[in-house]
Amino acid sequence: MQKKLILDSDLLDITVSRLCQQLIENHNTFSDTVIIGMQPRGIFLAELIHKNLEKNIKRTIPFGYLDATFHRDDFRRREEPIKAYENRIPFIIEGKKVVLVDDVLFTGRTIRAAMDAMIAFGRPAKVELLVMINRKYNRELPIAPDYVGKTVNTMHSQRVLVELQAQGHKQNKIWLINKD
Amino acid sequence: MSKLSQKHLLGIKDITRDDIELIFETADNFKEVINRPIKKVPSLRDVTIANIFFENSTRTRLSFELAEKRLSADVVNFSASTSSVKKGETLLDTVNNILAMKVDMVVMRHASAGAAHYLSKHITANIVNAGDGTHEHPTQALLDAFSIREKFGSISGKKIAIIGDILHSRVALSNIFALQKLGAKVMVCGPPTLLPKFIGQLGVQVELDVKKALQWCDVANVLRIQLERQQIKYFPSLREYSIYYGITRKMLDDLMKPTVIMHPGPINRGVELSSDAADSKHSIILEQVENGVAVRMAVLYLLAAAAG
Repeated sequence: MQKKLILDSDLLDITVSRLCQQLIENHNTFSDTVIIGMQPRGIFLAELIHKNLEKNIKRTIPFGYLDATFHRDDFRRREEPIKAYENRIPFIIEGKKVVLVDDVLFTGRTIRAAMDAMIAFGRPAKVELLVMINRKYNRELPIAPDYVGKTVNTMHSQRVLVELQAQGHKQNKIWLINKD
Repeated sequence: MSKLSQKHLLGIKDITRDDIELIFETADNFKEVINRPIKKVPSLRDVTIANIFFENSTRTRLSFELAEKRLSADVVNFSASTSSVKKGETLLDTVNNILAMKVDMVVMRHASAGAAHYLSKHITANIVNAGDGTHEHPTQALLDAFSIREKFGSISGKKIAIIGDILHSRVALSNIFALQKLGAKVMVCGPPTLLPKFIGQLGVQVELDVKKALQWCDVANVLRIQLERQQIKYFPSLREYSIYYGITRKMLDDLMKPTVIMHPGPINRGVELSSDAADSKHSIILEQVENGVAVRMAVLYLLAAAAG
């Protein structure tokens, strides 16, 4: 198994603050905007961004988790069912601008399911997608991110591994892994 | 682990503790779903489920049907009283005819113990046993245990007394298996004629005095006297049963400790449970009903996933 470092800790910090600046540019005071992290792995990045944003604009921004497991299109089509995680959206998303946050954008199917899952909580005015790693050439659906940490050319057989301190790792690091 | 060890849910005896915990974790997610304004997810949209009820039911059938609909499954209902079973069709023929119409899962209640087991040997669709005679009623036991877990945080080490007609109760047997697998201490209590002779061999305590049972337990799961299954008289009269075994509000208040009252329904008010006890703060009977839908959604979801 070969591992290649895509983003190290310092670069990741810079990328997170750049993404936050872009968000502030578009959402200004965040008066109508909410941040929703995708379960299970996107929530750590979402938390990082959310904290950074609140520090920058000095006001609270509604923050939640969304789990799309029950809305996936591959149910009964894979060996094992995917484990479901908690949904926590303690605010109304009707009429709000939603920024969906996930760590890696690959085929786009999770985001398709997430949009479905989100509609069950209300009709947002606008939905944007922020991802840390955008895997180019792997999309199976017409889905594109609005904010990207880094775009990487990957093959279908490769995997992107995100290690964040919030997940219990020593340092924030993102790897590209070649499966043997 | 995110997969059940079994293809069917025939009884709690056949599944593992890991299975039960997986069902509970999944049910936690579904409980959140059914408390949303939009109580529906599309997971089972390409699955057809037949609810085949050879015996009467209100709660279980409604609960299964709601669970199926909230998972977006297609549902067909069948009840023996209005069907060709009355014309002499066998169980296997009836079910095979239903399956020939491309049904993926079967939820079945039958008056004979082992009916679901028998069916599982002959058909390929997933089967959920919704009660077979006096044998097992797995989803009821799961929702009872889920409700206890919700109330106390965990089941391990808790003392649960099952009080009433143990002899004719499939709920009792499934509950004993489920609670023991989850590490609870279980006691059964009832008149000697309504306790199976060798029930002690299942590792449960046996108590004849309902007051002592209530004093001992954290949770009392009170069962109905199943008159429809009793061919002979097991006690002199319902009045006498309620005097000796009926649970009243006063008995619960006199305990000076928080004892939780559960009942799988339907309640015969004034027989096994007085109205003021059933409606008291001790009771979590309506929580059980709510949890029933979430637990059944979890069971159907996990079984349907295994079929893929």
